[in-house]
Amino acid sequence: MSGLGARAKRLEDLPLLTGRGRFAADISFPDQLHMRIVRSSLAHGRIVGIDPSQALAAEGVVAVWTGADTADVPLIDFRQVEVESLKPYRQPVLARDHVRYVGEPVAAVFALDAGLAEDAADLVAPEFEPLAADVTALGTPGEFAPGIGNHPTVIEKAYGDLDGAFARAEHVISLDVAVGRHSGTPLECRGLVARYARDRGRLEVHGAAKIPHLNRERLAGMLGLELDRIHLFEGHVGGGFGVRGEIYPEDVLVCLAAMRLARPVKWIEDRFEHLIAANHSRDQSYRVRAAVDGDGRILGLDAEFWHDQGAYVRTHAATVPDLSCAMLPGPYVIPAYRARGHIRLTNKTPAGTYRAPGRFESTFARERLMDVIGARLGIDPIDIRRANLIGPHQMPYALGVETLGTEIVYDSADFPRLLDRFIDHFAHADILSANETRRRNGEFAGFGFGYFVEKSGLGPFGVASAAVRADGTVEIVTGAASVGQGIETAMAQIFAAEFPVDLSSISVIHGQTDRIAEGLGAFASRVTVMTGSAVHLCALKLKAAVLEIAGGLLQSAPERLVIDGTCVRPADAHSGPSASLADIASAAEQTGTPLSAHEKFLCDHMVYPYGIHGAQVAIDADTGEVRLERVYVAYDVGRAVNPTLVEGQIAGGVAQGVGGALYEEFRYDADGQPLAATFADYLIPTAREMAPIEMLVTEDAPSPLNPLGVKGAGECGINAMGAAIAAAVGDALQMPGAVTRLPITPRMVREILRAPR
Amino acid sequence: MSDKLDITLEVNGRGYEARVEPRRSLADALREDCGLTGTHLGCEHGVCGACTVLVDGEPVRACLMFAVQAEGRAIRTVEGLADGDRLSPLQQAFHDHHGLQCGFCTPGFLMLATGILEATPDISDEALLEVLSSNICRCTGYQNIVKAVRAAREQMRG
Repeated sequence: MSGLGARAKRLEDLPLLTGRGRFAADISFPDQLHMRIVRSSLAHGRIVGIDPSQALAAEGVVAVWTGADTADVPLIDFRQVEVESLKPYRQPVLARDHVRYVGEPVAAVFALDAGLAEDAADLVAPEFEPLAADVTALGTPGEFAPGIGNHPTVIEKAYGDLDGAFARAEHVISLDVAVGRHSGTPLECRGLVARYARDRGRLEVHGAAKIPHLNRERLAGMLGLELDRIHLFEGHVGGGFGVRGEIYPEDVLVCLAAMRLARPVKWIEDRFEHLIAANHSRDQSYRVRAAVDGDGRILGLDAEFWHDQGAYVRTHAATVPDLSCAMLPGPYVIPAYRARGHIRLTNKTPAGTYRAPGRFESTFARERLMDVIGARLGIDPIDIRRANLIGPHQMPYALGVETLGTEIVYDSADFPRLLDRFIDHFAHADILSANETRRRNGEFAGFGFGYFVEKSGLGPFGVASAAVRADGTVEIVTGAASVGQGIETAMAQIFAAEFPVDLSSISVIHGQTDRIAEGLGAFASRVTVMTGSAVHLCALKLKAAVLEIAGGLLQSAPERLVIDGTCVRPADAHSGPSASLADIASAAEQTGTPLSAHEKFLCDHMVYPYGIHGAQVAIDADTGEVRLERVYVAYDVGRAVNPTLVEGQIAGGVAQGVGGALYEEFRYDADGQPLAATFADYLIPTAREMAPIEMLVTEDAPSPLNPLGVKGAGECGINAMGAAIAAAVGDALQMPGAVTRLPITPRMVREILRAPR
Repeated sequence: MSDKLDITLEVNGRGYEARVEPRRSLADALREDCGLTGTHLGCEHGVCGACTVLVDGEPVRACLMFAVQAEGRAIRTVEGLADGDRLSPLQQAFHDHHGLQCGFCTPGFLMLATGILEATPDISDEALLEVLSSNICRCTGYQNIVKAVRAAREQMRG
């Protein structure tokens, strides 16, 4: 079985298992130059001068550029959630007059090999006049540049009568919480190789990721190229998580150098660079306030938060704070609502999206608040949520706010049912009573959970072509991209569900801008929903065309025929006459209408999967260490194309959530020097830190918005992990609201334990 | 830095001649001089383990060893695991148990686990977890990697 719902093995695996992957660093061209970036060692300063002469004289160096050499290159533009007032904060490809974070590119060295480029980069000695660094979004606003403040705007979303809600409230409960700065940190660092055929005026960019078509348009604009003169090519991509594949200064420099120096140019980032140069994320501090009636029902919710954007506003513009404002209400009925997100520039690495952007943070704030409301009113964590969940009869549910250019309307959900199934499936009562026993015996053991709503399938379109080739195999060309999630397998399964051929006879192309004119890539958990629906439409169209031709060949009505592996045969006969797909493809070729389909699936609204994360922890009271013992995830995905891949997405997201909840943080000292610039300081969970994950993937609420009923799975593993672990620690300490900040460090736990109760 | 040395590396049973700077890491030599790009670099400071290869049967961080130190020793990389089209039991187990997503860390995990299963075929679950926590995977959450290595252990024990 290989269609929808099958646990098919991945089509992607073989090259990756045998060392034949083609990651960015694996791509080389004859005569290529290597780029090395000289980065600011200062968090904030004025550039007095940069002397490239020593570097230029060094062995193998072909060119050294500073900001003056790229003064004609536009600032890197936004690609979504554009806000006019943010435009002055866009980043130049090389710093011009000021540096604003440690790691900011100030010069680029081009040399014959990577080692020589790195040696020469050490000889470029920029002279800076230090300026005071701003390392918190919470202080008094200052200046970004002379006359330009560092607090450009406040994102606000609101509906309902908030003042009335607070006036009527029996209880007003407020809470300050914060999520620290961390990010996706894919295991492959960034990298790009560009080559320019001057005679044809054509630029090829290899190592593209995430959104090749969108980046192609942006790069063409920045480089002054006609769109048909630039193509992006995606090879293997070693993880994305929102970070990889956005346009960064280095990407533009590689392309520009390939054109100006007329040689292929390769740039491979190292890990130290990645941790201070690629997008950071999270780092939001909240003040949330709820108006609550006597039964624990929320009447109104007022949230204000400060978003530490870092030194520049990159391609995502206001995406993250916008999503925080829009998704904070989650699965609850909130009659009156207001969220205000202050965007603040600081002297840290710029921030962008990371898996479940704006949701990991806002879910943490909301679910912490729910726990505190429950504790204050003496209502247990399950009941306080049940009292506030949106009911299934209220679907579709218009939240009353917009984000990413679309109105938020929960398309389908049964929130109470999933909570019941969670409690039942994971034997919630047994978990609680086991913890009570352990606590009576002097242990600090606890359980906590968080409820979340995800979003997925961002439109407005998904596009795919499919063709049956002369040898009877199928080729699907998509405008999507792969970041390791298994899109080839998922797309092949969706195709095979309607056009039943062996998965191994289907090849799925993605991320090649010369193969399909448009595509929106892989972000916002959109591929299965949007591209998948386009692939489904292609399969239907091709099936009809194949059966029509086969009908002629077999002298039968098409509706009495079926596709069966490599051939078409009568539905009621397993033996007897049949026509091979290869013959049908040849017949179609001869009539001048080859067997191909091109379909665009349109959808203006996103789809909203939802789930519950639970965590079981034990605390070492001496060291303050939080030991994760078990993770429980219930998730309604609408319809699972491949449950094994869905579970794989959940497990990977859980691990990243554990990292953000307990270990990972980009800390800075008071001068803006980064304190986590290696994997010895930026702590990613290993197999040792992970706990067994129990999963319940349900299909109770298929989406009515696409023909497959599917919803995305890319971001569901991480969303409420921070909230769940915080709640579990609170339970273990028997202080429900004690944890107000992530990551929960051992020191923080010790301080909570020592604080007077 | 241009005082280069002529060395011969024995990789997957085959000799590769290379002219390298003394500072050239084994990982760079494998990738750039031998053309074996299956060995990946994830951090170049010995933490992530993506570059793990076997040197005389022992798992080694190829980013922390100089190429010249590896001369005269038997090096094994991910390219040497399969027998033609036939995957090794461990590679097959990774495929069967969805033990990889983006695949960038996979060669390192395969070499680490191959080394440990060959040296200690009866390794306990607990000790195996300890060994596997030497390397970082950012996609899978490790569950399926652990499952795959355990399955291969059972199969290799026969």
